[in-house]
Amino acid sequence: MNIKNIPILSCITGGKGGNSSGSMFNFKYLLLAATIALFIIMFGIGSVSFRGFFSLKVFFDLFIDNPFLFIAAIGMTFVIITGGIDLSVGSVAALTTMITGTLVEIHGISPAVVLPFVLLVGSLIGFLIGIMVHFFKIQPFIATLGGMFLARGIALMINTDSITLNNSFFKAVSNYHIPVIGNAFITINVVIILIVVIAAIILAHYTNFGRTVYAIGGNEQSAILMGLPVGRTKILVYTISGFCSALAGVTMMFYMPSGNPLHGVGMEMDVIAAVVIGGTMLTGGSGYMLGTVFGVLILGTIATLINFQGGSVNPWWIRIINAALILVFCLLQILFEKKGRKIAKS
Amino acid sequence: MAGLKLKNIMGKIAGFFTAASRSGLLWPVIFFGLILLVNALINPGFFDIEIKDGRLSGSLIDIMNRSSYIILLAIGMTFVVATAGIDISVGAVVAISAAVSAYLIGGTLVVENGVQQYVSFMPMPVAIIAALLIATALGMWNGLLISRMGLQPIIATLILMVAGRGIAQLITSGQIITIYYKPFFFIGGGYLFGIPFSIYIVAAVLAVVMFLKKRTALGLFIQSVGINKTATRFAGINSSNIILWVYAFSGFCAGIVGLLVCSNNKSADGNNAGYNMELDAILAVVLGGTSLAGGKFYIMGSVIGGLIIQSLTTTIFSIKEIKPEANLVVKAVIVFVVCLIQSESFRKKVAGVIFLREKKSL
Amino acid sequence: MADLKPIVEMKGVKKSFPGVQALSGVDFRLFEGEIHAIMGQNGAGKSTLIKILTGVYKADGGSIVYCGTQCRFRTPLEAQKKGISTVYQEVNLCPNLSVAENIFIGREPRRFGMIDWNKINSESEKLLKRLNVSIDVTKLLSSYSVAIQQMVAIARVLCISSRVLILDEPTSSLDEQEVNELFEVLNKLKSEGMAILFVTHFLDQVYRITDRITVFRNGTFVGEYLTKDLPRVELIFKMVGKDISAMSAMPQKCLENVSDNKEIDSLLEIKGMKKHGSMNEFSLDVQKGEVLGFAGLLGSGRTETARLIFGIDKPDQGECLVKNELKNISSPSDAIELGLAFCPEDRKTEGIIDELSVRENIILALQGSLGIMKYLPRKKQDKIADEYIKALGIKTADAECEVRTLSGGNQQKVLLARWLATKPSLLILDEPTRGIDVGAKFEIQEFVMSHCKEGMSIIFISSELEEVIRVSSRVAVFRDRQKISELSGNDLKEEKIMHTIAGGQ
Repeated sequence: MNIKNIPILSCITGGKGGNSSGSMFNFKYLLLAATIALFIIMFGIGSVSFRGFFSLKVFFDLFIDNPFLFIAAIGMTFVIITGGIDLSVGSVAALTTMITGTLVEIHGISPAVVLPFVLLVGSLIGFLIGIMVHFFKIQPFIATLGGMFLARGIALMINTDSITLNNSFFKAVSNYHIPVIGNAFITINVVIILIVVIAAIILAHYTNFGRTVYAIGGNEQSAILMGLPVGRTKILVYTISGFCSALAGVTMMFYMPSGNPLHGVGMEMDVIAAVVIGGTMLTGGSGYMLGTVFGVLILGTIATLINFQGGSVNPWWIRIINAALILVFCLLQILFEKKGRKIAKS
Repeated sequence: MAGLKLKNIMGKIAGFFTAASRSGLLWPVIFFGLILLVNALINPGFFDIEIKDGRLSGSLIDIMNRSSYIILLAIGMTFVVATAGIDISVGAVVAISAAVSAYLIGGTLVVENGVQQYVSFMPMPVAIIAALLIATALGMWNGLLISRMGLQPIIATLILMVAGRGIAQLITSGQIITIYYKPFFFIGGGYLFGIPFSIYIVAAVLAVVMFLKKRTALGLFIQSVGINKTATRFAGINSSNIILWVYAFSGFCAGIVGLLVCSNNKSADGNNAGYNMELDAILAVVLGGTSLAGGKFYIMGSVIGGLIIQSLTTTIFSIKEIKPEANLVVKAVIVFVVCLIQSESFRKKVAGVIFLREKKSL
Repeated sequence: MADLKPIVEMKGVKKSFPGVQALSGVDFRLFEGEIHAIMGQNGAGKSTLIKILTGVYKADGGSIVYCGTQCRFRTPLEAQKKGISTVYQEVNLCPNLSVAENIFIGREPRRFGMIDWNKINSESEKLLKRLNVSIDVTKLLSSYSVAIQQMVAIARVLCISSRVLILDEPTSSLDEQEVNELFEVLNKLKSEGMAILFVTHFLDQVYRITDRITVFRNGTFVGEYLTKDLPRVELIFKMVGKDISAMSAMPQKCLENVSDNKEIDSLLEIKGMKKHGSMNEFSLDVQKGEVLGFAGLLGSGRTETARLIFGIDKPDQGECLVKNELKNISSPSDAIELGLAFCPEDRKTEGIIDELSVRENIILALQGSLGIMKYLPRKKQDKIADEYIKALGIKTADAECEVRTLSGGNQQKVLLARWLATKPSLLILDEPTRGIDVGAKFEIQEFVMSHCKEGMSIIFISSELEEVIRVSSRVAVFRDRQKISELSGNDLKEEKIMHTIAGGQ
């Protein structure tokens, strides 16, 4: 971040000497590589230790069982790259399920109307948070904390009990299996994840919006002076996160057809953990959508490993292991940053 | 004569307002006042305090008693926030502290001849000291990660937040430990001279903190670190150590709250003890006027912030027309309103709109 | 040129901030194919004018005519789109993006609706070639020096095909060689017909490169002159607004003092200190009551040496003797305890605590050495603060003003006060006069002289050789992270030092 720390003379000689061989090895991909490697290692450990672990089914289940994490984490990645944070994801997802449950089951409105509507509601909450962050300079932590209270509160006010979705549409979607190879299958949710991830990658790397997101995370003041649409982008980033949270709520209902005001309690922390393990810097400015995908996969693999252990391991270890992973990855980030600065120096 | 008096009073009020706004307490005090006023209007007996069985009782006492958790956490959090940090692990530390004390006191009910015996696994002072020490050590762990390893505060404390409840569950073996050792209940549920004991604890912590702020250079150093860490280090102040101890203190405060929670609930629940308390504590600090960006901090502001949050909850529960579920929504609205009012750009924009209207109407 | 129409013409521009009239009706003209300097002391209104022209601020009054039409830009983006671009002192690009992206972000070429990365990279290389820079454009901006980053910023401007280029203090963190390269590029752009507005504190550079000068003073317009018709002395006179004879009575060094003093006490002696990657092995000594100057280009090891002495960076090896006793300095607080003090080069990020009051900033180091528990009573704090505000002539409403509301020169004086309050025996000043106006500059130089007469030793680091020579009795010369020579007596001449730095003995 601090450009001034880089001694000048040495850089000029290093810099003007044309393309140095070091450029082949781009250090910004290192964290991403570490994340992917970690996933492969963990999956490998599982495969060696447990019979039946190494299979497409187990791999696909990682997606099938955590669709909401994937989708919310993608939205969160955008927010974190701008240097912000979104604590409202879990409760917005819960609110989505409650609104859907009420409208579909109690008022008998068709899901074809309700689902677009709830996605709009989620986006609107994100949009309002974005307005507060950008126009009124309220710290993202506080603004999204307010959003979290608001969404959860409304969900609880709608109904304190869960609503079972008996509508045939949700039953059909949640039971629909798309066969892949052998007896492995994927669900509609997995297709949604794929679409969201691809859209996010294109958005992040091949559009002006995406690049502005990175620029804001790098140096917001510069981004303004470079004439980039900072305000619009920031508001849009929170809107996207709101949309993704609502979509995560929808996938929850596709996974388990019910609306529950207590869905996704504490989910925001899992999502943030996945993003960090995926190699995105919480300071903003760097990170990859693909990294986030692997971040969620790693969290899923840990849970699966503990499940395979059966009763012999206390499930509370999952949290401790997750925390340890976050720690390791943050220390790696710091280490790489220092290395990077040294490379820049010499 | 009367006019002069009025002038005097007005002058005093104005003086109070300038003093209050300079100390950053103006908005929190107004808000707290408003909430109390609303309560008084709805419930005429709101300000009554009566003595029942030698104990003071009344809504105000109740609010003060219940807000002790948030206030204690907010006091620790204020220092952390002043150094431009944040501690989202306090809720988890509360759970751990509660679990440790419950584990050490023990969950066995011993009845001899139909009379309950007060038996503890470890002597009570040992349990209390151990819980506080562990909580402080956890705070130091945060502080070390932040000041020595260079982790961002939110990440460092996120790690403990995620792991903390797991650790608490491991200590209690995933069970809710119920305690039957009566002397321990005094801490969180007892009365001394008719006033809840937890209020004394808050008062004691507050007194120590105010002393440190007024009579030592701690306040200056903390602000200085929060505004510009590098420059502070260059001025010969050990920024790292200040950061370390600030987090340790936040952990210590969470440790006390853990004891209060455990003693008041007569049990330790690794899952729910201190749940979301970190958010309330941070909210109290922000409501009290301390900016999350660090720098100037207002201990009394945080205390009032804690009172605001608690009185709001009490109010909502006392109005029958409002469902208790609405608590979160009202809280959210308050967060937005207070933050918007404290936001300079919001005030400017509102002023701009009003000004524009005036112009148009002319 | 008189019959030409200016591309930018600002008339009677007014702007006020709460409590300050920053600009009270100033005029400014800029022609195509010229390099124009705006000169003035700090607070004269230079940057306010630029910010109004580029749409960062809104003017309260006056008119701006650009390319023959009346206009007022609401955002920097709007100004940029119309062809007015700015390169700032602190390079305003994004360090986390690649060089190529920094040039093109905001108007990336597209292919099938998506960003065409190949085109961005190849176009960037071409643009940078025009500026005689050939680097790997896919690398992160942060992996290059400030000089390169500035070139990237200019390349970005070229790519917008701007007609007006504004450079705000572009040379303050460049070395001689880099300045030359920048000027070459500027001359090239000028010959291509670009209108260039150049703001700097360095008089030399103004006379080297500009065609025309506009002078502001206290938010008012003093005049517009052709550079070749305006002698330096007159320029300073116009900027300062008072008789130059008062300025020419420059403080004289206390060299005689030292030579008179036969018994020389060594205050600080460094033997064989080095730190890998920052400073090669060096030794130096400072006598009691002398001013030791550090000369050398930016990045030559001047600041690095100061940081090692003051315990900010830890040396790999080397000994440090204070008053002939071996001491271990491993942190600034150790150094302060031994009577050292250090005013860092980067006032904003390493010096002042901007939201604290003048009083709190002044007592900070003293309180730091006393520790947390021995809190200075408020009365004592007030006394110390008032004493130094008076002694150094710090211009502030009172001691309780936030330090950020002060001007650069006054902030520097607050820093000096902070260190004087600790009663140091050695004060290290790193670029104490950078970015502050002429008046304050002389005051600070004078201050250095008077304190060394009272027995304080000073290490004086500055990029301005003339200034180093004036205040120092001995000068250590640095090059490429190495202390290469020490000059004193008759060798203390600008050419001699230049030669030493350049390598020709």
